[in-house]
Parts: sequence; structure tokens; C-alpha cells
Amino acid sequence: MFKRILIIFINRNREFYRDKSGFGWNILFPFFVIVGFSLIFSQDSRKEYKVGVINSGNISNEISIQYEEFRKTKFVEFIEFESLGNGINRLLRHRIDLLIDPAEGKYWKSSTSPKSFMTEKLLISSSEEIRTGFIPESVNGREIPYVEWLFPGVLAMNMMFSALFGVGYSVVRDRKNGVLKRFSVTPLTPFEFLTAQILSRMFVILLTTGTVYTACILIYGFENRGSYLSLLIIFILGSFSMISLALIIASRSSSEEFAGGILNLLSWPMMMLSEVWFSMEGARPWVIKFAELLPLSHITSGIRQVMNDGASLYEIRSQILALSVMSIIFLSAGSVLFRWQKSD
Amino acid sequence: MNPILEVIELKKHFPGVKAVDGINFSIEPGICFGLLGPNGAGKTTTIEIIEGILNKDSGTILYKGENRGKRFKAETGIQFQSTRLPEYLTVLETLKTFRGLYPGKTDIDWIIEVCRLEEILNRDNRKISGGQKQRLLLAIALTNNPELIILDEPTTGLDPQARRHLWEIVTGIKNSGKTIILTTHYMEEAERLCDIIAIMDYGKIIDIDTPHSLLIKHGKGATIFIRTEEPETYLDILSCPYFIVENGIEFRTDSLNLCVQKLAASGTDLTEMTVRTPNLEDVFLELTGHTLRA
Repeated sequence: MFKRILIIFINRNREFYRDKSGFGWNILFPFFVIVGFSLIFSQDSRKEYKVGVINSGNISNEISIQYEEFRKTKFVEFIEFESLGNGINRLLRHRIDLLIDPAEGKYWKSSTSPKSFMTEKLLISSSEEIRTGFIPESVNGREIPYVEWLFPGVLAMNMMFSALFGVGYSVVRDRKNGVLKRFSVTPLTPFEFLTAQILSRMFVILLTTGTVYTACILIYGFENRGSYLSLLIIFILGSFSMISLALIIASRSSSEEFAGGILNLLSWPMMMLSEVWFSMEGARPWVIKFAELLPLSHITSGIRQVMNDGASLYEIRSQILALSVMSIIFLSAGSVLFRWQKSD
Repeated sequence: MNPILEVIELKKHFPGVKAVDGINFSIEPGICFGLLGPNGAGKTTTIEIIEGILNKDSGTILYKGENRGKRFKAETGIQFQSTRLPEYLTVLETLKTFRGLYPGKTDIDWIIEVCRLEEILNRDNRKISGGQKQRLLLAIALTNNPELIILDEPTTGLDPQARRHLWEIVTGIKNSGKTIILTTHYMEEAERLCDIIAIMDYGKIIDIDTPHSLLIKHGKGATIFIRTEEPETYLDILSCPYFIVENGIEFRTDSLNLCVQKLAASGTDLTEMTVRTPNLEDVFLELTGHTLRA
């Protein structure tokens, strides 16, 4: 059995690196994205200020009217946070410019951020009651440039495309062409075939992701603040879940057009809702809940938390758990549904 | 000798079509068994049910007296009518891939030699000619040192030279003692390669025997072919069984002299006439009433 898996594994890898266009695309696409965005965002052109808000209780009557007036300030976006720690973390990384807790009458500014200084000025100049009613506190952190924030998202997105199209599309094509039919009359079992597909594509994804990661670290000086083990685990689980999802799409269809449509239907919403390009802070709650159902959300946030925030394995346990559960569900469904060819 | 394969009352219906309609046959080890019939006769459906590609509606298929299982897969070599191969592999890598999937193995050098693949071993399998591809597919069917080899129309689409080339290879394999099931709609191919022929049409087996016995049973008399663009004009002259064929008309007769006399008396240009003894194609016409390549 292992020999048969190894044979198919080797074949798929050969197919991957001999398909120069596909190979090049997998390596170059994330580079292009990073290069493009590093040029676009070499100077942060966003004009608005972001204020995080902690809802810890009712706001006292003395400042509630003034606070509501402040919330109407132009060019200021307000983002709700459920926990103080989450808000402080964003402030430390300059993802927000000020954090306020109106119920407690406190606000936090970043002493290393000019925008934080400006936002504080907007707050305290809005009214005398607010200036005297809020107690200021300072935090000291380093800004995560947008490109560095984006980088984990691009890695995750590339994993997604490589898995979905690399496995989903190629298995459907092989079914359509009769390659799977040819395999079906050999002693190769569906389990062996699917295992080889998963291992081969995981190998390819880890290799390309590792290459892109190393190159970007060397060229742009991005920093991994967490452990490489945590990063590797997220990479492995992320690619595994995405490949498993691809196997569901590839389980029966022999139409490349249909598979392509489904793959696009899955990949585009994931790309837009999984915080690859922009933060979902401030989005409607149901959208955020929906995004949590998408594996890419957990891959992106897992990589980002490890790389940008230095999160430990324990701190990304929810992402690990979600990706593990999704992988099991997807893989089970894909295995049950799999057919070598269209049923007669 | 116990049959290597038995097919008993096999049926397969598709909506509106009885593709296989209760056929029976058994195959002795070491022979080449031919399934002969026109396109749509049910040959490929029968073969694909035997291979396990299609599910049967009813009937029994026994391999060495038992239901087909892992042993059947391991001991059978299959060449589909048309198939694509894993991409970006050379001919040698393709061979090694399939060889690695089986427990039983043939010496790869022997396969390369038998199927004459020496010159294309390092070529991408997408960049070989039709004849080379058929030889590679045949080689793949041999990689597990099979006892039973199923070849589904292996020479369809090949030029005459490539077809004869493949016949020589199949003859060599047959001579090595392996059992072959061959489907074809080429009469010459069946005549040359098969020990037993089952003639199939509309999902049924019309007759099954050796080529020689089929000719004796169904190929009596002589066949007169007259090249003409107006075959109907000859129906008043000769009253024997006829078939309108490409470029003319064919008559079957046990009274050759009488027919020739009638044609001469009617003023027919006898230089446009050919007389021959019946072949399998005539047998097929006799049995089915329509041409083989219809």
C-alpha cells in the first residue's frame, strides 16, 4: 500500500514541477502581490483615524452626550472590541490609533504613533467634559506595516489556491480524461489515491510557501514573532484542510467548467471575508460569524497571530481546533463521495 | 481445462437500449477470444462490465471459477479503447508507475522489447504518435505479468502499418501462452489473431466458434461483387441473396456458373465483376444483415 501511495505521490510532484506555468505561478504570484502592495503602501495613504471602543458597561450621564457627539467626528472610524486585551493588542501594532472605554472613563494611546497623538487631540478637544472625564494611559508598541500585516494573508491565500485548484481541478481533469478510469482497474484503492494526492499537494504547498516565506523575510525583513513550530503546524493544518475541501469538489465531477465554477465560488468569498486583504473589524456581526466558518479565516488569523503578535501554540488553539475539525469533516465527505469515474 | 473466464446470462440496459442482452460465453486459458461486432453492438459495454468499470444489471462473471476480486485485478492487464495517461511523465516513467501498482511484475526490459518502445523511452507520453501510444498502452497492460489481457479495439484509428505492427506484438504475446480477449470491428484483425470469435450485435451473441468453423457454417458458396453506381439494375438479373455495399452490389450464390452466364447474357461488363470465396465479413453480413462498419 505505501509503495503505491509513494508512486502516485512522486508522479503528482513530477507533474507539478514539470508544469512550468503552474509551478511559476505558485511561486511568483504571492511575490507579485507583496511587491505590488509594498509599492502601493510604501507610504500609508489611509486618511482616516481608527478608534477602538471597549463596551464594559453603561456610560455615565455626564459624558454620554459629548461622547455620542465625538462619535460623529468625520474621518474617524469606530471599531468595537469585546475585550481590553484584544484592543490593546491592536493599539500596540498601530492597527488602531486610540482605544477608549467610555464606561470606565479611560482611553489608551500609543506613545510611538503620531496618528495616536492626533486622535487623542481630536478626542480631548471635542468637549471639556471628555477632556476632564477620561483618564489617559499610554502603551508602547511597534507598528506593523500593512505589507507585513498582509503577508500572512497572502501566504494563506496562496495555500488556498494551490490546494483548491491544484487538487480539485487536476483530479476532475484526470477523471474527465480517463486517467482515473485507468487507475481504477489497477490494485490502487481510492484511499491510497486520495492519500497520495493529499501528501503530494501538502509537500508542494509547504515547499512553495517555505520558499516564498524565506524570500520575503530576506528581501523585506518581515519578522516572525512566534515560534517556527507554531507556524509549521498552522501551515500543515491549513493546507490539509484546504486539500480536503478540494477533494469534496473533486469527488464526482468530470466537468472542468463545473469544477472551476465551484472553486471560484468558494475561493473568492473566502479571499474577501477571511481578512486576507483587510481587517473585518467593523463588519456586521453575521458577516464575521460567517467568516468563522471558512477555513481560510483560521489559516490567515493563525499565521498572522504567530507572525505579527508572537502568539504561542496555546494562543492559536481555536484556529488549530477549527482547522482540525474542518479537515476531518471535509476529508470524510470527500472520501465517501469519491468515485473513479462518473457512475453508470 | 477449466475456463479462465465465464460470462453467464449477462445483462446491461441503458435507458432505451439493451446494450448487453443475456450473453453467455466462456474462455479457455491460452487462447485469443474475439468479440466482433459493429459500433454499438455491445462489445465495449461487455468488456467494461468484465473489467469492473460498469456495473451489470444481472448475470454472473467468474474468473477462474470464482467471483472477481483483488486477484482478478492483480492478474488482469487492460487496454482501454481510448484513455489518457498521467501528464508530464516520460514513457519509461509511465511504465514504471503502473508496474509499481501491482504485486506481480514483468521484467520491464522484456516489455520494452516486446512492445518496441526502446526509441521513445525518454519521450513525454503526450508527444508520441498514435501507434506508439497504442504500443505503450499495450505495454502498460503487460506490466503486471497478467494471465488475462483485455484489449478493447486496440488498433482503432491506426494507419495500416501501425495496425500490422500491433498485430505482430499481440501474436507474440499470444504465443507466450497468455489469454487475450480482443474486441474489434476489423474483420482482418479478428481473422488473424483470434482462436474463437463471438459475433455480437444489438447486445446479443449471434454465433460463437472458431473462424474456420464460422466460415464452414455460414460461408458456403461464392461471393460475386459487381462494381456499379446503380446496384438495383442487377436485382432483375440475379435472384440470389444480395447486399448493397460501398461502390456496388454483392450476391451470394451456390451456383456460380449459372450466375455468370446470366450476367453475360444480360450484357453486363464482366471486367467490373469480382468473384471470391467468403470471408468473415461475409459471415457477418449473413448473420446480421448489415455491414460490419455500419
